[in-house]
Formats: sequence, structure tokens, C-alpha cells
Amino acid sequence: MCVTCGCESTARHDHHHEPALTPGARGFGVLAPATRTVSVEVDLLAKNDRFAAENRARLQADGVLALNLVSSPGSGKTTLLVRTLEALKGRRPVAVIEGDQQTSLDADRIAATGAPVMQLNTGKGCHLDAHQVGHAIEALAPLPGAVLFIENVGNLVCPAAFDLGEAHKVVFLSVTEGDDKPLKYPDMFRASRLCLVTKSDLLPYVPFDTARAIANAKSVNPALECLVLSVQSGAGFDAWLEWLEHASVGPLPRAAAMQSGVGA
Amino acid sequence: MHEMSLMESVREIVEDASRVHDARRVAVVRVRIGALAAVDPDALRFAFDVVMRGGCAEGARFEIELQPGAGWCWDCARSVVLSGNGTSCPDCGGHRLEVTGGTEMRVHEIELASDEEAASCA
Repeated sequence: MCVTCGCESTARHDHHHEPALTPGARGFGVLAPATRTVSVEVDLLAKNDRFAAENRARLQADGVLALNLVSSPGSGKTTLLVRTLEALKGRRPVAVIEGDQQTSLDADRIAATGAPVMQLNTGKGCHLDAHQVGHAIEALAPLPGAVLFIENVGNLVCPAAFDLGEAHKVVFLSVTEGDDKPLKYPDMFRASRLCLVTKSDLLPYVPFDTARAIANAKSVNPALECLVLSVQSGAGFDAWLEWLEHASVGPLPRAAAMQSGVGA
Repeated sequence: MHEMSLMESVREIVEDASRVHDARRVAVVRVRIGALAAVDPDALRFAFDVVMRGGCAEGARFEIELQPGAGWCWDCARSVVLSGNGTSCPDCGGHRLEVTGGTEMRVHEIELASDEEAASCA
């Protein structure tokens, strides 16, 4: 028996392990740590995407239109949502998932409209994920044909990467934010189907160029639809309700959207 | 921002793979990140050291292989290289682009050390 490695072979064989002696250790018999390479090839979002696919299948089967509302904090998501819920009352069933780092303040505002709502607090997290949302969908059990609004955490960066199983992302851009925002945070505008330019009643008071903002947004995502509106004055609000009425429950194939979309 | 939660996925994926291969310590973690993946490599490196603490990949070397962005230009009707989101076609300058590659974020491979005294991943 070979006394070095304990094998049964009597023939000469070496005991180099990969990698063998390091150059500096040559002659001293010190082995570099042996390592073996293992292929993994797993997507970082694989787990989230699995939950998202389950959510999407469930929502589409029930004909529920799920919208993931995203923006930076303070763009008017909750205000628009409250007004929208009032407009849909008696016309179409609704359900709301509210994402915030802390408190149930937003959910309280939504609940006041009579809409079923569930608050998710992300704590130290900066976005909602598909697993949390799946449990909320289970608890809310939106009616067939309902609109499910998922108000994401106010954050223009992270929620872009986390699919929740929605049909479409709707990105908000308020006129107090600056018309170059789509260029500064392109990922969210690329991931979205619709861009709502909000607080248009403030246009006389701020240096916001609406045409430039829309051109910037479309340069990032030519298929992006854009609507300009104000909850305060009501301008453009009907176009948003009409969009809601015709929005497809399933996501539009991206290539088809691109071909029908206008150029930048 | 979300690099921390992405890194928590990396830890989970790496520890699962280590268990499957009955390894005690991970020496190298190699990830592939696309140029259009909305991930900051520096933030990812910072998150690696923090998130791997106390696990079998603590102290491992972290290597990021950046993958180029790719797109299809509808006006040129051909594939082009994209350096980032929001860039125009490098050939015609147009914006009718469909992203076709460079958005991936995956753990590509790991190198497992075989030292016996280290605590097990299990």
C-alpha cells in the first residue's frame, strides 16, 4: 500500500493536487490549498422570478390587471391612487398592496376609500419582492376582473430589477422633479409600460419642459406610453382611466410594443 | 442600494452549491454581471464582504466578470453593442433599440477549498 495516500497501487504515481506546489514554496514541500471549480450558473433573481411567475399565472387566470406603481418618493402615487379608487368605485373591483419602509399611513388613506388594502413594510429593504407580494395577493384575494394596484416603495433604482408578477410597471414622474430624470434613472423607465407625468397644475411655477421629459423617457424606452395629468385640477385624468380600461391583463410582448411604438 | 439583497441571493446560491458538493469552504466566487443589469460592481464588492460574514464563503475572493451590453437596432436592422442603458445606436444614433443581452446577473462558478478543519457549510 502507498503510505502517502493510502491507495492500493504499487506502481509509481505522484501526489500532486491541483494547483500543485506554489512557486514560492518549491522545495519546501508546502502545498497550496487545493481547490476544485464547480459550475453554478444560477441567476441572482431566480428565486424572486419563480415567485413572480406564480403570482402572474394566478393573476392572469383570474383576469386581474396588476399594476406595479413605481417612482421616487413624493411623486404623488398615493394621491393619484386614492382619486383613481374613487373613480373606479362601482365600476370595477379593486385591491391595493401598499409598500413602504415603515408605518401604515398610506394604507390608512387607501382604506378610507373603502378599497381592500394590505400594507407591507419592508423595514431595511428598499423594494417589494415577489414572495411578500404573493402572500398579500393570497390574503387580499382580488375578485376576477379586478385591478390590483401595487404601490411600490418610493425608490427609482431597486424596484426596477424585482419582478412582482405584475402585468405592467407604471412609472410616475412629477413636474417638480426635473425633466432629465429618465436619463438619470434609465432602468426604471426602460422597465415600465406607462409613464405618468404628474402634478401638471404646477407647470407654470417650475422649469419643467414636458416635451423634453417625454423625449428623454422615450429615448430610454421607445415603447413607453406617456400621459400628462394633475389630480388637483383633474386635467388628463380621464385619459388615465381610459388607459386602465384598455390595459391588457398580460404583459405586451416587448418586440410587438417596439414595432408599434413611435421613434424617439 | 439593492446590491445587499442581491448579495443575500448570492450567499444562498453559493451555500446551496457548497452543500451539494460537500465542501467546507469556498475559496472563490465568480459572478457574471451584464453592463445593462443596473448593478454597481463596487457596491456589490462592498456587499460581498459584509454579507458573507459567518458563512462558508467568508474571506473568499470575489470576482466579477462584466458582460457587454447588446441590442437590436430596428432602424439598422442589426445587432449592436450597447455600453449602458439610455445610450443610442452606435451606428445610426437612433433610439429604437431592443436590449438583447447584457442584463444577466448570475453566479457563474465557485472554487471550493478542501481543508478539513474548516467548519462545514451544512
